[in-house]
Order: sequence, then C-alpha cells, then structure tokens
Amino acid sequence: MNFKTLALGGAVCAALATAAAADVKVGMITTLSGGGAGLGIDVRDGFMLALEQSGRDDIEVVIEDDQRKPDVAVQLADKLVQSEKVDVLTGIIWSNLAMAVVPSVTAQGKFYLSPNAGPSQLAGRGCHQNYFNVAWQNDAYHEAAGAYAAADGSKKAFVLAPNYPAGQDAITGFKRGFGGEIAAEVYTKLGQTDYAAEIAQIKASDADVLYYFLPGGMGISFMKQYSGSGAEVPVIGPAFSFDQGILGAIGDAALGVKNTAHWSKDLDVPGNAEFVASFSEKYDRLPSIYAAQGFDTALLLISASAAADVTDADAFRAALKAADFQSVRGAFEFADNHHPIQTIYMREVVKEGDVVTNRLVGPAAENYADPYGVDCKM
Amino acid sequence: MSLILIAEQVLNGLQFGIMLFLMAAGLTLIFGVMGLINLAHGSLYMVGAFCAAAVAAATGSFALGLVAALAGAAAAGALIELVVIRRLYDRDHLDQVLATFALILIFSEGTRWVFGSFPLYLDVPQALAGPVSLPFGIQYPLYRLALIVIGLVVAAGLFWLIARTRIGVQIRAGENDREMIAALGVDIDRLYTFVFALGAALAGLAGALVGAIQSVQVGMGEPVLILAFVTIVIGGIGSIKGALVGALLVGLTETLGSVFLPELFKLFMAPAAATQTGASLSSMAIYILMAMVLIWRPTGLFGARA
Repeated sequence: MNFKTLALGGAVCAALATAAAADVKVGMITTLSGGGAGLGIDVRDGFMLALEQSGRDDIEVVIEDDQRKPDVAVQLADKLVQSEKVDVLTGIIWSNLAMAVVPSVTAQGKFYLSPNAGPSQLAGRGCHQNYFNVAWQNDAYHEAAGAYAAADGSKKAFVLAPNYPAGQDAITGFKRGFGGEIAAEVYTKLGQTDYAAEIAQIKASDADVLYYFLPGGMGISFMKQYSGSGAEVPVIGPAFSFDQGILGAIGDAALGVKNTAHWSKDLDVPGNAEFVASFSEKYDRLPSIYAAQGFDTALLLISASAAADVTDADAFRAALKAADFQSVRGAFEFADNHHPIQTIYMREVVKEGDVVTNRLVGPAAENYADPYGVDCKM
Repeated sequence: MSLILIAEQVLNGLQFGIMLFLMAAGLTLIFGVMGLINLAHGSLYMVGAFCAAAVAAATGSFALGLVAALAGAAAAGALIELVVIRRLYDRDHLDQVLATFALILIFSEGTRWVFGSFPLYLDVPQALAGPVSLPFGIQYPLYRLALIVIGLVVAAGLFWLIARTRIGVQIRAGENDREMIAALGVDIDRLYTFVFALGAALAGLAGALVGAIQSVQVGMGEPVLILAFVTIVIGGIGSIKGALVGALLVGLTETLGSVFLPELFKLFMAPAAATQTGASLSSMAIYILMAMVLIWRPTGLFGARA
C-alpha cells in the first residue's frame, strides 16, 4: 500500500468515524542523537507505526531531538508549546529530562503522555492531572524482579547499580520486592565501563543471586565481562539491560539471564503478534520494549482523540484516563495517579536461530501498581 | 577480605591503567609536540572500536579487526590533522577546544549515520576467552592478562621509538623548539601529521582492545577521555614516562578505591551508608590524587614546562 492510498483511506475513515474531533497537534521530544539514541528512535518508530496503521491524518506530530540534554529538552518544550502550539507532548526517555520538562508543561495546561520515564516524584506528591505515564513507574521492574527472586528460592542477593537517583531507586525497589538478605550493595559510577573490581567482589561473596541495574552501554560492558570471569552467581536484571536493542551487542554472553518487563514479543495477547510482525517488516528489526511503549502511547492518544475533542480538556482527560485501547501488553489500566496497573513478566534471554532475543517465562508481579500513588492528591 | 581478592584487584587496576596509558600517550604527545588540546581524541578511540567490530564481524577474525582499528584510527587522525587541526596550531587553546569539540559531534553523528544507533557486537577471540588460573589460586580472565601484556609491549615500543630513533629525536626536539628544528630542515608539517596519526592509532588500538569487553557504541570515548586528561595532568604534560606512571596511578586508585573505600567505611558505619559514602568518595579519589600531585609538583610528576 503506498502512502497516498493510505492517507486517502485514513482521511475517509477519519471523516466517518470522528467527524466531531478537531485536529490534534503532538510534540515529541525524544533522544535521536548521541549515546542513548537507540531508545528514542524505537519510541518514535513505534509511535509513528501506530499512527500510520490507524490512518488518522488529523493527528500531526512534530518530532524534536533532545540529545539527552535537560537544557535542550527544556528549550524544545518551550518552542513546541509557545510557537508550535501543540496540544499534547510526549517522547522523553530519561527521568532527569522528564523532571525538567513535565512539571512546567502540565502547569501550562498541556497534556503529557510519558512513553518511558516514570520517576517516583511524578507518581507521588508531584503528580498532575494532565500527566499520564503509559510505560511504568521506575520501581516496577526492580520490585517485580525482587519478588520473583524471592519466590524462586533465592535467599541472599548481591545488588549493583550506578550511584545516581534512578540507581538508588532500583536498589530500593528490588529490596522492597525481595525482602531477603542482601550480601552486598554496591554503587558504581554512572557511565562506568570497567567492572572487573565489582565482578571480583561478586565472586568473593556468597550470594545466590545477582541483581543489577546498569542501563545501556554500562550493562553491555558488565555482562560481557561477567560472562568471561568465571563467576557463577545467576543473574536477574530489569529489561533495560537485556532489551532487543542491546542484546545483539552482548551476544551469547547474555544467554540464560532472566529479566523483568511489562511486555515481550511473544506475549500472547490480541494485537501483539500483528504489532511485532508489522514493526519487523517496516523497520527490518525486532521491536524492543521502547518500541512497544511508543506504540501503546500512540494507541492511547488515538483512542482518546476519537472519543473527545482535545480542546475540551476535561473530556479529553477523562478519555485518556479510560484508556480504551488494546495495549500490546494485554491488560492495562490507569491507577488514580495516572500510572499503569499492569502485570510485570519475567523473560529469559534465548537464541532463536542466529538472533539473541527474549522468551516469556511467566508473570513476576501481577496487577502491579506502584507504592507512590498514596501520596498523589489530584 | 582475602589476599586473593586484593591481588586480583591489583591486577585489575594494572590492566585498567595500561589501557589508559594507550589513550594518554597519544594525548600527551600531541599536546607536548604541537601544543594542541585535542578533545576529539576520544572519537579516535571510538573509530578504532567501530573499525574493529565491523571488520571482525565481516571476516570473523579478531586480529584483522585490530589491524583495521590501527589503520582506521591512524587514517582518521591523519585526515583531521590535514583538514582541520593544521589550521589551529597558532590559535589559542580556546579555539582548539571549540574546533575539536565540533569534531566530537561530527564523529559521533557520522558514526551513527554509518553504523546505526544500536551498539555493535565485538567479543573477545575464542583463544583468549574464559578465566585462567594463576599462582595462589587466583582466577583471572585470560583476555585481561593479554591486555596487560599487549599494553606493556606497545609501551616498550613507544619508548624505543622516542628514545632511540631519528624520528624520536625530531619529536623530542619539536617539543622544545619547533622553529629551530624547522630551520634545521626537518619537514615539520609531515612530522606533525605523523605524530597525530601515531597518537590516533594508539587511541584506536585501545578502543578496539577495550571494545571487546565493553560496549562498542557512539559516545564510548568521552568517559575515557576525561580520565586520560587527568592522567596526563598527573604525569606531566608532554612526558610519555609521566603518562605511563600517571595511568598506572589512576588505574590503581580508581580500582582499589572503588572496592576498598566502602569496606573501610563499613568498619565504623552502617553498611548502607558506608557503601554510599565509599562510592561517592571513590568517585572523587582520582581528582583528590590529582590535586595532591599538583600541590606537590605544579607541573605534574614528570612535567618539564611550567
């Protein structure tokens, strides 16, 4: 199908289905250059795929690159709100950027749909009626992993994370879920690439499970070094260190590692197989959790803008809160703090042919809702 | 805290320091000989790693990948020297910083354009995979041991080049008085291009060697670059010997600090607070070391000029 027929078909559908809805203008600020670009590109591609499939041409998207820099993100948000006059913002990957942008954007009456970052501040006391998180709250993966490890019979855990707020949240979350004994709790430098020292400590410890949160390149370095070190403590991690975008770079070293995620490509729920097939066909790579999050964010927006006019803020907010769309993760609803209630699964890294990828093992935490919601008054 | 763990950590510190030396040697040569601050040195490290990963993936040979890393980084170094750096020798350091920072952005986005946004796969060669048993029951990764040996061989080669060859004499002379050696008939332009390509090749080699145990991705050179600058400040700018001693000091401080400082604090603090404080203090350790060296010797350990 070429673009013209698609657009034409879309226009007809849109005219029939949503004659009442006005145009929606979306501003997407995400990371498209530099070290963390893979994540932003996946969110963008998933988002645009859902829009394209919906055939809605009344939703206009302006995409900007934040380069993973908070000051750039703030400037872009000002530009999108003031001169582009967008109705909805989305796209930010990193928690520190989200903290810099989201509060001011929602204070100006715009909607923000988070396709990734879920800092605890925005889930608790700093929550806002116009902020919706379509991904997860930052603690979710870690807490679910802790619960899984405990249920799996682990007694003593070695935990490792970078020394910055999200790293401390990760360890707090894991310990909350695990409840067992902690052999050692090690904080590394953010951006550290050599983990020989930490691996020697792990070998010397008597832990029966290793949990680590080292996003992006840090996790690649760690896993490659760990697998060649002769250490034998089994590894559990959050999906951030074992997602499709980086598994190719770790290679066989990651095989057998368990990791928590709210989505997996082999999750058997309506629409997921179609999403995986269409994403792989269009972009010639397997989708990651970030691609699935981008896809779901667009689905939410499409569902809300079909039900209500974006200029009627109260009706549009109610339509967002209803979350009347088929998420590729299956059951999904918003808690009162506008963060998801959803099942977090355990996945295992396996090899399918030549491709290193994840296979679903089972639920790690069912109907998980974050613990910060009690502080949220809106 | 067993002796085995301590011995293993010392080896880790040595290995880290020697890789840092490969980065710092090029940086200090370029600064010493040409008086140029090259922020894009980390990009050459990245170029080396990407060349190695691409060639190793295509041919299946890690050795060919290393050759490609050396050649690719040296070629990239020579090219930017001819096109950009050459115009900067007579400008002040701020202009150099600005221009070479622009080069970082160009290299990063160029690499992303060619290889895509996702990290590349480069693994240790099969022959060097796995741990090896050393005396006293130490289990140590064979590849890291190989890195120490390769690094020492390269360091010895570099000392030989600088101290015993004609080109080394010219390089040392160029450090002291560039007008004079130009007047003596040495082709100073060609010498500068050579020194720059040599520094780039060392960075590229380090990138490829380290890339096999770390992630080969855009922006991988920047964290190392900061440590390399700390190293040459400690060692004394322009001194290869200083770069080696500085790199080993930084490598050992960094590694031992991150392990033993938290342990030390645990003796008199609650474990959680001790790890936090220890981790924070160990991040500062190399900068404290740098400050102490500079108080004691303002030009660095082996620095000649003020």
